[in-house]
Amino acid sequence: MDGFYTSHWIVTTLLALPVLGSALVFLVPETRARVVALIVSLLELGLAIPLFWTVSPTATCRVPGILGPLAWGPKVVPLANCTAIPWLPDWGIFYRVGLDGLSLVLVLLAVGLLPLMVLGSWTYIQRRQRTFYAMLLLLTTGVIGVFVAFDLFLFYVFWEMMLIPMYFLIGIWGGERRIYAAVKFFLYTTFGSLLMLVAILVLVHRTWRATGVLSFHYFDLLHTPLTLEQQLWLFAAFALAFAIKVPIVPFHTWLPAAHWQAPTAGSVVLAGVLLKMGVYGLLRFALPYFPDAATHPVVVMVLLGLGVVGVIYGAWVAAVQEDAKRLVAYTSVAHLGYAVVGLFALTTESVQGAVVLMLAHGLSTPMLFFLLGMLYERRHTYRIADYGGLATSLPLWSTALVVAALASVGLPMLNNFVGEFLVLLGAAQARFLYAVLAGTGVILSAVYMLWLVQRAFYGPAPDAVRHHVTDMNGREWALVMPLIVMMVWMGVGPQSFLPPISQQSRQTLEIVLEKPAAQKSAQEVAHAR
Amino acid sequence: MPVSFVPSPQELLRFSPEILLTLTATALMLAEALMRPGSRTRLAALAFIALAAAIGLSAVAASDPGPAFSSLLVVDGFSTFFRVLVCAAGMLVVLISSNYLKREGHDSGEYYALVLFSIAGQCLMASANELIMLFIGLECSSIATYVLAGYLRDDRRNNEAALKYFLLGSFAAAFFLYGIAWLWGAAGTTYLSEIRRLLLDPQSGVNATVVSAAAALLLVGLAFKVSAAPFQMWAPDVYQGAPAPVAAFLSVGPKAAAFAMFLRILMTVFVPFRDKWEPVLWAVALATMIIGNFAALWQTNVKRLLAYSSVAHAGYVTVALTAMSDAGAAAAMFYLAAYALMNIGAFAVVTHVAGQGERHVELADLAGLSRRSPAMAAVLSIFLLSLTGVPLTAGFFGKFYIFKAALDSNLVWLAVLGLLNSAVAAYYYLRIIVVMYMQEPSQGLPELPAAAPGVRWALAASVAGTFVLGVAPSLVLDYAMASAPLLR
Repeated sequence: MDGFYTSHWIVTTLLALPVLGSALVFLVPETRARVVALIVSLLELGLAIPLFWTVSPTATCRVPGILGPLAWGPKVVPLANCTAIPWLPDWGIFYRVGLDGLSLVLVLLAVGLLPLMVLGSWTYIQRRQRTFYAMLLLLTTGVIGVFVAFDLFLFYVFWEMMLIPMYFLIGIWGGERRIYAAVKFFLYTTFGSLLMLVAILVLVHRTWRATGVLSFHYFDLLHTPLTLEQQLWLFAAFALAFAIKVPIVPFHTWLPAAHWQAPTAGSVVLAGVLLKMGVYGLLRFALPYFPDAATHPVVVMVLLGLGVVGVIYGAWVAAVQEDAKRLVAYTSVAHLGYAVVGLFALTTESVQGAVVLMLAHGLSTPMLFFLLGMLYERRHTYRIADYGGLATSLPLWSTALVVAALASVGLPMLNNFVGEFLVLLGAAQARFLYAVLAGTGVILSAVYMLWLVQRAFYGPAPDAVRHHVTDMNGREWALVMPLIVMMVWMGVGPQSFLPPISQQSRQTLEIVLEKPAAQKSAQEVAHAR
Repeated sequence: MPVSFVPSPQELLRFSPEILLTLTATALMLAEALMRPGSRTRLAALAFIALAAAIGLSAVAASDPGPAFSSLLVVDGFSTFFRVLVCAAGMLVVLISSNYLKREGHDSGEYYALVLFSIAGQCLMASANELIMLFIGLECSSIATYVLAGYLRDDRRNNEAALKYFLLGSFAAAFFLYGIAWLWGAAGTTYLSEIRRLLLDPQSGVNATVVSAAAALLLVGLAFKVSAAPFQMWAPDVYQGAPAPVAAFLSVGPKAAAFAMFLRILMTVFVPFRDKWEPVLWAVALATMIIGNFAALWQTNVKRLLAYSSVAHAGYVTVALTAMSDAGAAAAMFYLAAYALMNIGAFAVVTHVAGQGERHVELADLAGLSRRSPAMAAVLSIFLLSLTGVPLTAGFFGKFYIFKAALDSNLVWLAVLGLLNSAVAAYYYLRIIVVMYMQEPSQGLPELPAAAPGVRWALAASVAGTFVLGVAPSLVLDYAMASAPLLR
């Protein structure tokens, strides 16, 4: 197919295939659903992988012109695989998708985790398998959509769309308090996203007033003239929606509940992809749209402060958890605290680091959840106190857990290290104090992770289970190995995936940091007159 | 305009949907007397066909728009929109009623006749251009629905609902009529466009205080009919007590027609009084949303929950009215169409699941519905998600347009508070989904019979409509946008 990888068709296919798959699983018997889901997800992954080479970080793309009352000519935007197909053209709403460096890595992460999630649920999910895999696939569409949508309306649609499958994943297949967790998850996210919807509408309205173009196009809204006060309000609305998703302390309380109760695949997709949407949103929308607000000293101080609090508080609370899943959930709070520090330190290195950290966290935390899920299938508990003696009864599993734990702690040559290092390096240049405070998180993370390993591995194993557990089987290895390979690759050869990310970070920072200077000069000019 | 008491063919055509509905309703009453009790299904079919024909006649009448009967009526895009809307809602209600009436052992032509009379009144409300005609339409619609609310006359809940609805409804109608009287006293005419002209003309000497008082009285009547706060108290009791299909009808048909009246009076007559209306409507809209949503949080009876939810939705539409712009009017029209589909759909599922005698209308009775009847649970979830306002459903675009219109009219706080309200609403809609999908069926619930074809068709149509409007809202919105400016 000519131009499949250079047109929007590849992106559209990636969006459509899971939806198709979710319909397909209902056509086969209950127990075959997982096979269909696996085939669909491998197909999706196979289709997505070549993008890594075909999408150039400096690609530009001509958005076709639009006829009609709101006509505008073709326009060149820094995207690959872009398109603009009218959906509600009178309202400036189009099906606009595309890929840039940031979208690309996140889409690959989401698609890469999908087959693993299917494998991780292979025996874990016993009830209503068809619905489960349908939900998982639909969720993937929503998640990919969030990363590739370059129309704010479309973005919002995908943003809300992924809520529903996630809600069912937690609510139907979760643990004992699943309903509480599911409802809390839904309400928190809805609350934030509705505020964001208002902000989007106001922004579109302002742009329309200023330029006469009614458009939800990402790039049309990029240079809307706004007063500082308007920027601060709109930034607050956007940032709140994303802060809930990241989650930034104190909006994080839904996360431990959701992680704790979700089935393995749910936790994986939450940690691996959904949380990234928050950071992605901050980087894609909140920062470049409202540069004056984002660089406002008070805003920066508050967000850096909350990031640091997240790092320390998350680690601290993780250390005292009795439930292994909750422990890992709090490590997410800590890790994403780093990402927030990186974003708002506003240096090229730290923003790059935040993105890398996102990706790294998207590998090591899912791995921890997968491993805990395997353990749960054998021991039927997540309570750390009930473990013990695993090093002797499950030696292979224990090795894998050590790898994941060390990666999570930030051991050099493994994935998290690169991100944490870049964040701290960048932050130290700009905000030394915050960098030092955030740095203590590295030590704390060693405390909680090694303590978990210690409590789980050593000490007496309950006799009843010692002889009845088997170590990891082939399917489980197939699940863990790709993650380990990727983690090592990210740690050893970061230069192979840094270019698209650094290009993106630089572009965003240019917009964010240039703008105040430009506006100031405009004000001065006005003053001089 | 020369006054003639002999209607011209053109005028008859413009009035034809109402004529057809009234004649069919009368015929239904007569036919019932002549038919054997067993063969009454045909009456439902007749009512259904009459409604479909009324939609067709509305479309034909719309091809030649203009006034009729000395401008007492006007056929324009706006009235056509609402005629089609209430007739279509009526068709869905007839579909779900047929099986219900058989189940409850009260299948008779009288029911359908009342539905048709009520819809004829609602069509009149949509197309009236004069206050007395509006009032006649309102009464025609209301009196029929008072009877419908107490249709199962042996059921105590029905009796209570009918009595409450009748007493409070006639009280509100009296306020409305009194408002008309004051307005007539001030302006000397009951034609809406005449009153508007006088109000806009500073030389006309219309007493502004008297007009304000009249407006307040009219607002009481209108707020009651759309169940807006502080006149929403009747809605939960009536919806809970009335037969489920009637509750579906009440929450859609009369409400849509009352909003049509509201829009027409507001946008035609009272635009010069905009500054005075806006704060009042602002407060009414907010109070309606808050009362509806927060009261719904505590409900355990599904019908009552949906009643409070419909109060909240009246609040959203009032937000669109508060915008007082063409975009706002169009948004309200779109919302009412979307709302009709999803709310009748939700009530249709409740009607089916409730079982004979409506014994299973508690939230707990829906437990594990996804096991007992996966299709019903899935369909109800779609309607509930649409009521929540999740993208790709009609409800989302409804809210989107309403709040966009509000923001364009600089009602930022109202929009923010309204959207936060819909986050609250998400909670109680989700509660139903939680019960259906995440809880085990409780013991002792009878097997659910397969849905009757009528119910199935109504559900299929509502689901399809919910999705079509959720993906291609332009189909309806473009028409609404084109007809909203006609109000002025």
